[in-house]
Amino acid sequence: MSKVADILETMEYGPAPESAALAEQWLETRKRTFGLFIGGEWREPVSKRHFDVINPSTGGSLARVAQAESDDMDAAVKAAEGALPAWKALPGHARARYMYAIARHIQKHSRLFSVLESVDNGKPIRESRDIDIPLVARHFYHHAGWAELMSTRLAGYEPVGVIGQIIPWNFPLLMLAWKIAPAIAMGNTVVLKPAEFTPLTSLLFADVCGEVGLPAGVVNIVTGDGRAGELLVQHPRVDKIAFTGSTEVGRIIREATAGTGKRLSLELGGKSPFLVFDDSDLDSVVEGVVDAIWFNQGQVCCAGSRILVQEGTADDLVAKLKARMETLRIGDPLDKAVDMGAIVAPVQLEKIQQLVRQGEAEGASIWQPSWSVPREGFFYPPTLCTDVGPAATIAQVEIFGPVVVLMTFRTPDEAVALANNTRYGLAASVWSENINLALDIARRVKAGTVWINCTNMFDAASGFGGYRESGFGREGGLEGLWEYVRPSWEHDLPVGQDPIRPEPAEPRVRTSDGTPPIDRTAKLYIGGRQTRPDGGYSLPVYATDGRQIGEVGSGNRKDIRNAVEAARLAASWGTQTSHLRAQVLYYVAENLAQRASDFAARLVDLTGTSTTEAQREFDTAVRRLFTYAAWADKWDGHVHHTPFRNVTLAMPEPIGIMGVVAPDEAPLLGFISLVAPAIAIGNTVVAVPSEPWPLIATDLYQVFETSDVPAGVINIVTGQRDELTPVLAEHDGVDAVWYFGSTDGSTEVERASVGNMKRTWVNYGRRRNWFEERQAEGEEFLREATQVKNIWVPYGE
Amino acid sequence: MAVTTLDSYLDHTMSIAKDTRRHTPPVPRTEAHAAEQRNPGTPFDPAWIRLARVNRSAVERRAATLPRRRSVKKDWQAAWLLKAVSCLDLTSLSGNDTPGTIERLCAKARQPVRHDLLDALGVADRATHVAAVCVYHHFLSTAIEALRGTGIPVAAVSTGFPAGLGPFAQRVEEIRASVEGGAREIDIVITRSHVLTGNWQALFDEVKTFRDTSGPAHLKTILATGELGTLRNVAKASLVCMMAGADFIKTSTGKESVNATLPVGLVMARAIRQYHERTGSAVGLKPAGGIRQAKQALDWLLLIKDELGSRWLSPALFRFGASSLLADIERQLEHFVTGRYSAYFRHPMA
Repeated sequence: MSKVADILETMEYGPAPESAALAEQWLETRKRTFGLFIGGEWREPVSKRHFDVINPSTGGSLARVAQAESDDMDAAVKAAEGALPAWKALPGHARARYMYAIARHIQKHSRLFSVLESVDNGKPIRESRDIDIPLVARHFYHHAGWAELMSTRLAGYEPVGVIGQIIPWNFPLLMLAWKIAPAIAMGNTVVLKPAEFTPLTSLLFADVCGEVGLPAGVVNIVTGDGRAGELLVQHPRVDKIAFTGSTEVGRIIREATAGTGKRLSLELGGKSPFLVFDDSDLDSVVEGVVDAIWFNQGQVCCAGSRILVQEGTADDLVAKLKARMETLRIGDPLDKAVDMGAIVAPVQLEKIQQLVRQGEAEGASIWQPSWSVPREGFFYPPTLCTDVGPAATIAQVEIFGPVVVLMTFRTPDEAVALANNTRYGLAASVWSENINLALDIARRVKAGTVWINCTNMFDAASGFGGYRESGFGREGGLEGLWEYVRPSWEHDLPVGQDPIRPEPAEPRVRTSDGTPPIDRTAKLYIGGRQTRPDGGYSLPVYATDGRQIGEVGSGNRKDIRNAVEAARLAASWGTQTSHLRAQVLYYVAENLAQRASDFAARLVDLTGTSTTEAQREFDTAVRRLFTYAAWADKWDGHVHHTPFRNVTLAMPEPIGIMGVVAPDEAPLLGFISLVAPAIAIGNTVVAVPSEPWPLIATDLYQVFETSDVPAGVINIVTGQRDELTPVLAEHDGVDAVWYFGSTDGSTEVERASVGNMKRTWVNYGRRRNWFEERQAEGEEFLREATQVKNIWVPYGE
Repeated sequence: MAVTTLDSYLDHTMSIAKDTRRHTPPVPRTEAHAAEQRNPGTPFDPAWIRLARVNRSAVERRAATLPRRRSVKKDWQAAWLLKAVSCLDLTSLSGNDTPGTIERLCAKARQPVRHDLLDALGVADRATHVAAVCVYHHFLSTAIEALRGTGIPVAAVSTGFPAGLGPFAQRVEEIRASVEGGAREIDIVITRSHVLTGNWQALFDEVKTFRDTSGPAHLKTILATGELGTLRNVAKASLVCMMAGADFIKTSTGKESVNATLPVGLVMARAIRQYHERTGSAVGLKPAGGIRQAKQALDWLLLIKDELGSRWLSPALFRFGASSLLADIERQLEHFVTGRYSAYFRHPMA
């Protein structure tokens, strides 16, 4: 029988290879050896050392790339620094033209980029051709637009400076685009280190930078292993680090940059839930799972790796999934008819194998299709794990491979509880034909992106980034731009000292008739009640002239613990209407205003300031409460214009429980300026007031109590700042810490935050002028008090 | 005989039809018909229909990516295109058809691909012909005569094709007449109004009557999906037709402004899969209308293979309703054989 006749009998698929010729030719013209792209030219690494880049579908070497050492990194940072003044001085329109040209050139070379990406990474050509590379071009087009609009849409902001960017191997060129496009659009210059497994498309991108005539030094590409990344992170002339990769490495970077003043955005791991309700279109759900966990061999930070299915639907879904898994095709990434390619490297393959073995040992049922994977290269079959509980290792840790676990739930509440039972919070996918249910779940799941009836949808106009240990900062859309700009006045802020603390003086003051004053010892304010400090100690409070004018409780670890617990129990504050939150803030202002003379006198008494100044601080504090009452129902989200038939809702959400360490200076105004925006958005707060003058904050208890502030929304723990702050910063139940104190204290907060990778906002000892609106209130504060959740809602019946 | 009322006319003609049928020779079973057990249908099950869920965006995404996930090249492409030819219901449903044009169509059906090409492909020893020829009742005898001895069945469109809004009894009678006239397949149209008003019982009863009437001839139910408004309606109508005993569910008459699209095909294929899982009966799928290019035919075959499996890649369970598709397939086959791009005039026309 002829071959055609044979095939007619079996109707099997045959090979459909995409040619690698152009990519091979490009590698050959470079003699398969690459230097570093620094200052617009190719340089040999100082060490002359190169390492092999492997094709994961064959195990063979594709090229040798340079290992950057310290001197190379210095040169790259220097080149970026040198290019910065001219680049940021360019009109936005000029930067837009360069970026437009980059987008065009990527499209022009799209097939070369796709093929190169697939041979380097192992992902199927379908994905690099239809998803990665088109998204790369789209990202540059979109951000060319932001460059154009920066002067109007981001007026008052300037670029951060030299940005160090470290990207992972799972979407090599796409992650490059996500990093470089917003950075250079906003006038920054960059040093980018691609992943050591997958540097080739970054190097081809360097060629594109040359082709379009991008000014030398605006983009520098420096290859190397983790040590090169470390050099970049630690480089003193880098103003910001943007990192995408594992939570483990993110944690190291957070520690390494603590206190340096380097800005940081981290997009880390995930264990994203994929929620299936019993009223969903199950056949579409199955394809959703394919896109969720077998896209890019599951090596996706936002992969839907935890299927949570309503119990009555589980058997149907499992049966359908198994049938579908049998029809998946795995093989040569350049074959146009495969669904899955190769795992990026042996080390990753071993990690997957080890975790699945562990899952099996812990009692999971492991199911894989009947067909076998290619022997050559690094392949792993699609894998479904059932009989898994939340306690199983494979249900908790990120596997970063084509392995999905399946668990069941019974009610929407239980679905949410299971979905949020993770340290991560990158993404979630919700499947239901009931819009009430789907939007309710979307709102309640802790994740930066929620896809309704779809999954792994990306676009430059939509922000992407995590909650919890999945990192902080957003990439894409307007919300992503804030990572690459700062207020133009910020660098002029003075680094100041804490106010001089009063020394005690004798004798104690007596009243005019000689009797001692009535003792006033302020307690702590936790859960809406004035409570004695756990330790049973108090601290004296002195006026500037040394008189002791009262005592406050000396809070300790346990008081912080109790306050955080109270703040947790008050979480429903975040789901109250913003109108109600505004009303409460107005009421606080109203009741505070009644006590103008008391508070002004107290300020004079404590800080020795003039009556006029005290009055001014008080008046400004009342006005600030009005400001945030005003903002409470106006801090709107966006509907992003993503190019699909859907709405992408960018919703600002409270971060959760916030630790707020108030400045010493302006003890009333500083305290209000921080607490008010935090609660206006719906966060609950554990506040540590000014250490020398805490009485001004403890005087607020009565105001809060009479103003309908729900118990636990504001908790105040007085005591020694440097003792209490680290407890807050380390607490895994605290979602963010704001700190406005000393330089050392700022460092400590950043360092201590690594436990749960909480968001931090510190002043590095720089003093804001709390009386000046531009510095002391407004959108910057609201942004720091919120995280943006992007909810994708496709529509169409 | 004096015909006084429509009812008595119908009674009369129907009794004649019943009479005649007793004398009709048994319908020979074709290869395609023999390969699968027919769908006996199920009782009407409104709960099952209510549970039909289709998410349009997700379906469209799958339909858009499916042809991008699969590709057949070279020998595989040639074989798949030959498979498409064997699944073809070569169709002519024009108002200006004549015995001459139908004879030409049938000649093409017998020899759809040039001998020299089949030779070069190494399949000259296989019977390569289309699955069926599909015409209006008027040309049944012409087609049957022209196809005598080939085993190629003739299908007649029926029940007031394409709108299907004539008197019910006449529509039923039309089936009977075509079956008696030798049609081995009957392509009926459903009353779209039943779907659009959610009157599933009425749709079930209608199709069940059609099926009972068509007897040994295989029944293809045309949903006219372009007129059903939503994919959910497509899914529900598919289920109802299968419950009522359809052998095939078919997308379109070819006369609607929107005909066979991949999302619609996907929804129907999934309904077929579900029906098969629940009842064990395999129902066929026939996209019709708007399929003109070989690439489109391959996309449909990919969809069927991936969603229903290779068993469905057979004329017993899959048909294309098309007229100009064949010419493009021939060109692609010649390109595979010669390495040169082909031209339409090099292939005998239908």
